[in-house]
Amino acid sequence: MNWSKYSAPQAFYPLAGRLIPWFAVVAVALMGVGLYMGFFVAPTDFQQGESYRIIFVHVPAAWMSMFLYVVMAIWAGVGMGLNARLSFMMAQAIAPTGAMFTFLALLTGAMWGKPTWGAWWVWDARLTSELILLFQYAGVMLLRTSIDDMRRADRSSAVFSLVGVVNVPIIYFSVQWWNTLHQGASVSMSTGSKMAATMLMAMLIMTVAFWLYSIAVILARVRCIVVERDSLPVWDEKLAVIQEAVEAR
Amino acid sequence: MNRSSMWEAVSGVVKRDLLLAMRRRSDAAMSVFFLVIVASLFPLGVGPEPAVLKTIGPGVLWVAALLACLLSLSRVFTADYVDGALEQMVLVPQPLAVLVAGKVFAHWLISGLPVVLLSPLLGLQFGLDGEPLGVLVLSLLLGTPTLSMIGAIGAALVLGVRGSGLLVALLVLPLYVPVLIFGAGAVTGSMAGVGGEANLSLLGASLVLSLFLAPWATAAAIRIALE
Repeated sequence: MNWSKYSAPQAFYPLAGRLIPWFAVVAVALMGVGLYMGFFVAPTDFQQGESYRIIFVHVPAAWMSMFLYVVMAIWAGVGMGLNARLSFMMAQAIAPTGAMFTFLALLTGAMWGKPTWGAWWVWDARLTSELILLFQYAGVMLLRTSIDDMRRADRSSAVFSLVGVVNVPIIYFSVQWWNTLHQGASVSMSTGSKMAATMLMAMLIMTVAFWLYSIAVILARVRCIVVERDSLPVWDEKLAVIQEAVEAR
Repeated sequence: MNRSSMWEAVSGVVKRDLLLAMRRRSDAAMSVFFLVIVASLFPLGVGPEPAVLKTIGPGVLWVAALLACLLSLSRVFTADYVDGALEQMVLVPQPLAVLVAGKVFAHWLISGLPVVLLSPLLGLQFGLDGEPLGVLVLSLLLGTPTLSMIGAIGAALVLGVRGSGLLVALLVLPLYVPVLIFGAGAVTGSMAGVGGEANLSLLGASLVLSLFLAPWATAAAIRIALE
């Protein structure tokens, strides 16, 4: 099977349309399971009480916010390297979802910080770097919308996303050396997890759910972008209608 | 292409930009006055207590230097973009990234170096003296070229874009965060008695990294803008 044909927006459009329901349904199902486990099955934390339960949204959202930035930059880089329009469209589609998760991570962090640290906001390393990540998402999106020429908009925002990808780790470490109040990571690849198994399970399920949700939403947005940019009719639906009309005759 | 022709091209770019700046001296003076005014507004806003001013001094001066650099960014490429000189620079056989480095160096000489030279005076206004004052000058000397380097990427990205003045601030300021942290951190560290060496080393590392990467990103952005 020749996969490269799906790099053409026209071919990708119906494929994305077929994939979206699958990702969406599984995402909703896993979100239901993950939230149920997080809120009803996972034990109460002996230090933080019930307020810790927001981590089942907070931690996956924070992971996704950083992961999506990298994915966006990869698509931007692929677009620059191969001059593929669909790659730029993917990068464009990822930015709003990434910004949404960044905002969600900040919001849930503030909601957790108030009962636990006694403050909505503290200038801690991770909070600060997450905030700056939000600024960078905003920069990518604003740069794109300020440029009317689509080709230049694609390539300029690609350059900025790639510059940002170099900068994000530097920002992360600089603010970490600058000030740290945030608790250390409870989940780590090298030492394993320090949390209860059900907590970890719920968090991982939520991460997968957010991941699938992102794919579904991004594919839907790519479809909109394809239609908008090529000012073409909505292919498959339109074609089906035409075909039906032809057959009826 | 031999090395001497490349060197000639770079020094030609630097000389030309310096000459243009000399012809319009008020442009260069503006960012310096901006720095002085912004730095003078803070004591008026937070009150004249020497202890408070000493605490906020390094941060305020660094933020002011950062904003002064930001305001002068539009001068790096805009005039050349409008009159077509930038297109000629893309066409010459010497690599664009090297010419860009020359232009950024000229920009630093015009708007960064005066900030460095003026900083001891402003530092005195905030009650800094002795070693912290020296560290402030040194940190600005290492940090302002990095600001020019990173800023050039943003300046090239917004060439000919509507609302470019605000947009360049939104793009570049988040990228300035590490430099601000290291720079102000060096001065506060030296005031606290732990020394500013670690942060100064990090500033030096940022400078080297930006010297290495930023001209290429800027050159790519210029090519995109001129397409």
